[in-house]
Amino acid sequence: MRDARCAVGDADEGATVSYGPGVSHEVAVDEEFEKRLKAYEGRPAAVARAGKDPVNAPMIRHWCEAMGDTNPAYAGRDAIAPPTMLQVWTMGGLSGHTGRAHAYDELLGLLDEAGYTSVVATDCEQEYLRPLRPGDEITFDSVIESVSEQKTTKLGTGHFVTTRMDLRVGPDLAGTHRFRILKYTPIRRTERTEEPPQGRQQRPSQPEQEAKSSQSAPRHKPARPRPVVNRDNAGFWEGVRRRRLLIQRCTDCGGLRHPWLPGCNACGGMDWDTVEAGGEGTVYSYVVMHHPPFPAFDPPYAVGLIELAEGVRMIGNVLGVPCDKVRIGLPVRLEFQEYDEELVLPVWRAQDGTAQEGTYEHR
Amino acid sequence: MNTGDELPPLEIPITRTLIVAGAIASRDYQDVHHDAELARRKGSPDVFMNILTTNGLVGRYITDHFGPKAALRKVAIRLGAPNYPGDTMVLRGRVEEVDGDTATVRVTGANGIGKHVTGTVTVTVPRAGEVTVPAATAATAEAAEAAVTASREESA
Repeated sequence: MRDARCAVGDADEGATVSYGPGVSHEVAVDEEFEKRLKAYEGRPAAVARAGKDPVNAPMIRHWCEAMGDTNPAYAGRDAIAPPTMLQVWTMGGLSGHTGRAHAYDELLGLLDEAGYTSVVATDCEQEYLRPLRPGDEITFDSVIESVSEQKTTKLGTGHFVTTRMDLRVGPDLAGTHRFRILKYTPIRRTERTEEPPQGRQQRPSQPEQEAKSSQSAPRHKPARPRPVVNRDNAGFWEGVRRRRLLIQRCTDCGGLRHPWLPGCNACGGMDWDTVEAGGEGTVYSYVVMHHPPFPAFDPPYAVGLIELAEGVRMIGNVLGVPCDKVRIGLPVRLEFQEYDEELVLPVWRAQDGTAQEGTYEHR
Repeated sequence: MNTGDELPPLEIPITRTLIVAGAIASRDYQDVHHDAELARRKGSPDVFMNILTTNGLVGRYITDHFGPKAALRKVAIRLGAPNYPGDTMVLRGRVEEVDGDTATVRVTGANGIGKHVTGTVTVTVPRAGEVTVPAATAATAEAAEAAVTASREESA
């Protein structure tokens, strides 16, 4: 799914996070924190650094091949480098830079600590004052030009950080490069993020427009917690991924067991194989969650301890019936629900949505 | 070259190869531009194009149109919807302003999910028969000369 999570735009509303149509929360802006961020404005991000390589023909050729750029100005005896390569000559590459000025790292670290852990480049503004040619040795300085107030975009809430870099060849200013990133807390989509009827309109459009539309953004919630997958239960989750509910079976005594364990509870046998659950079950016990609220969930909801037809029990959400109508003995059937692109969980759908209190008895 | 001129659109198929080749050519090893698994862990459905590649493609679009003598002066872009593999980006341009031999071109690049890039490019296009001596180059040559003179004076 590609959709609304993608757009980046500088929001005008400032500190407003929208969780759904008509539902918005004022995010407390920590003035003290914003002051600390502002203090980085004007501080150097890199001082008198040198490009790792002089401007050179092989890097130009690789760039032109990647871009499909066949401009003859970039090849031959009097070749110039494509001007848009300006930043390339300053990049640290796979091994990164050493001896970086501390201010920039400190600023990013500060934002990381505050939960703005993701980063995306949003704007780039380059001015070319002098063509670069193979052999030119680049030096550069960079300054933190600005750190924005807290802003909300479709990607999440964060701060824009703008740096300006001046590139020189010897004493000549060859170009300037202004670069803006968004350091943000990503919004993750969950099963609650229903595609609105006018979903197509939620596609990201021009960033400027994005800013204005954040009040009507799709419903975003933090991601549902991930299951803890370890060596002992990896097979179970691999089965779930393939939409199969696997029950462990001891190959010594034939006993079925769940949750997955290294050894058999009954005979102590260490060898096992699996059988696939048929998918029939009944509610053995349940709770209805009202509190504590957790942003990835939407209480109240029912969590059932389901007794499978095979005899083992497992925990899962009970769907298809109002949570206050869930009863012990309620017949349920296995389903696999996709919560996001990487999370599938087994859930249990009520087979008799009209269950009345007292209809089913505890066995 | 007149105000209001529309540049013919350029379709760029967004392949995984383009994304990765662009990232490496620009020496940008952020995992989200080459490792789909890590990109997904960070909440993106797939790898996506880096800003330097977009910048390069915008530059190419302009010089493809105005010819090899055209000199890029300024490229300012803003990103919106990401370029994911399998998509196609269509670059379009419109001449917004002409001042002598310098044009300002508004560029947009739309993909299947929205506007990937909006930007402005300033380009100098010498008229037929003219020799390209960009003013900025002349200025920097003067600066270089001055610097050389200064260093001579210092060493003297």
